[in-house]
Amino acid sequence: MRTLLALSLLFTLPAMAAEADVHLKEGSGKQLVEANCSMCHSLDYIQMNSPFLDRKGWEASVNKMIKVMGAPVAEGDVQNIVDYLAGQYGK
Amino acid sequence: MKTRREFLKVSAGGLLLAGGARWSGWAGAANELPSGAIESGRLGSLPGKLPLIQKSFRPPNFETPVSYFNEAFTPNNAFFVRYHLAGIPEAIDAAQWRLAVSGESVENPLELTYENLTRDFETVEVAALCMCSGNRRGFSQPHVPGVQWGHGAIGNAKWRGVRLRDVLNKAGLKKDAVEIVLGGADGPVLDKTPDFVKSIPAWKAMDENTLVAFAMNGEKLPHWNGYPARIVVPGWTATYWMKHVTTISAIAQPFKGFWMNPAYRIPKGKFPVIDRFVSQETDANTPITEMVVNSMITSPEGGRKVRAGEAVTVAGVAWDGGYGIATVEVSLDEGKNWQTAQLGADLGRYSWRQWSHRFTPARAGRHTVLARAINRVGATQTFELIFNPAGYHNNVVQRIEIEAT
Repeated sequence: MRTLLALSLLFTLPAMAAEADVHLKEGSGKQLVEANCSMCHSLDYIQMNSPFLDRKGWEASVNKMIKVMGAPVAEGDVQNIVDYLAGQYGK
Repeated sequence: MKTRREFLKVSAGGLLLAGGARWSGWAGAANELPSGAIESGRLGSLPGKLPLIQKSFRPPNFETPVSYFNEAFTPNNAFFVRYHLAGIPEAIDAAQWRLAVSGESVENPLELTYENLTRDFETVEVAALCMCSGNRRGFSQPHVPGVQWGHGAIGNAKWRGVRLRDVLNKAGLKKDAVEIVLGGADGPVLDKTPDFVKSIPAWKAMDENTLVAFAMNGEKLPHWNGYPARIVVPGWTATYWMKHVTTISAIAQPFKGFWMNPAYRIPKGKFPVIDRFVSQETDANTPITEMVVNSMITSPEGGRKVRAGEAVTVAGVAWDGGYGIATVEVSLDEGKNWQTAQLGADLGRYSWRQWSHRFTPARAGRHTVLARAINRVGATQTFELIFNPAGYHNNVVQRIEIEAT
């Protein structure tokens, strides 16, 4: 078990470093998106799902994360998050 | 408990849908991932895995490059990885692992150690294709949200383990069992996120081919493919193949959970599938069940240059939900004429089947190759995408281009 754990740490650390190399586009709301979305998943999910969702599509995704997945997003931040996603990663 | 045979009777008419379609020309390039997925996709490796096409870091989603599918069985260290939720144990100690078998529909709940699992039951091996329901979702037109898989959320393996049926019988499965609920050691990051829990119909759980598997291609399961044990549901998409399985629960009513409904649903009546999951059906939709008949060209890779006047071998694999592949056909003239490909060894009805076809491009220039599979109950692939909001069951006939010089 100890050997396994040591090995997995060895391999996991570079992978963690690489996740930090995912950079979203600059724009108003970017920090909000990073702080909220990366609680549960890496930010490459946003890049991968672009640019084919319109504003309504991104709104539906954000609402699913909040209502179904239980993401604790402050009510006042929802609009800014959707604005950023639709503006930077929308179609 | 309903038997599989009853379901066969109920919906066999649906098959006509597949065979009846006539094709009037190539529908267009459907094999384009979203540009964001092309840009963010890169080769990346997980511990114990070769570099695979990385779709996301956390949770890890990695697909297998098509070149590995030229082998009948997909190497464990190249096998695709798919998780919904990022709460994944870093390593699982098999000596500490326990499998709880319980629920209102068993007489004697029990808890199995790894040693119990591997020594107390008959061990069997099944060759079966493991395919993510969303394989090829990235080619959906229009694109739909989700992991933008290309061709590689799929792999064929020899799964060794014990029959789920034997485990359920040891716990005294009662006649009123409707569904068997499966849970794994991985889970959500937040308490409020629905845990990834799935159910299968009791009749499918009791199928002699449905396993609690602890080995894959002669080795222990890789961590990322469900170590120390996972459920194997041959013929059905991988959403039911619970990894790191820790709980098996028999219940007398339909299981309610996000990952059963609304997730993993297909519209009713659109796909020619035979296996139904009646206890979970609604008026509008039904859980995805068996894989639809499909094929993939694995060699040569599209765009490859060959010599005019020299023979080329086109090769690939074909599969379905377990009825077995009858024929694979290849067309070199955009679907006007079809020639029968040569089939490789029959490795079992739940395995994919290799095929190949040799031809000589007579002239220089661009040549197109189409391939389609037909199974033993007469179902075949479609030429136009059957669109559905989750991007499942994409079995559009594949087309590659070869340049002869």
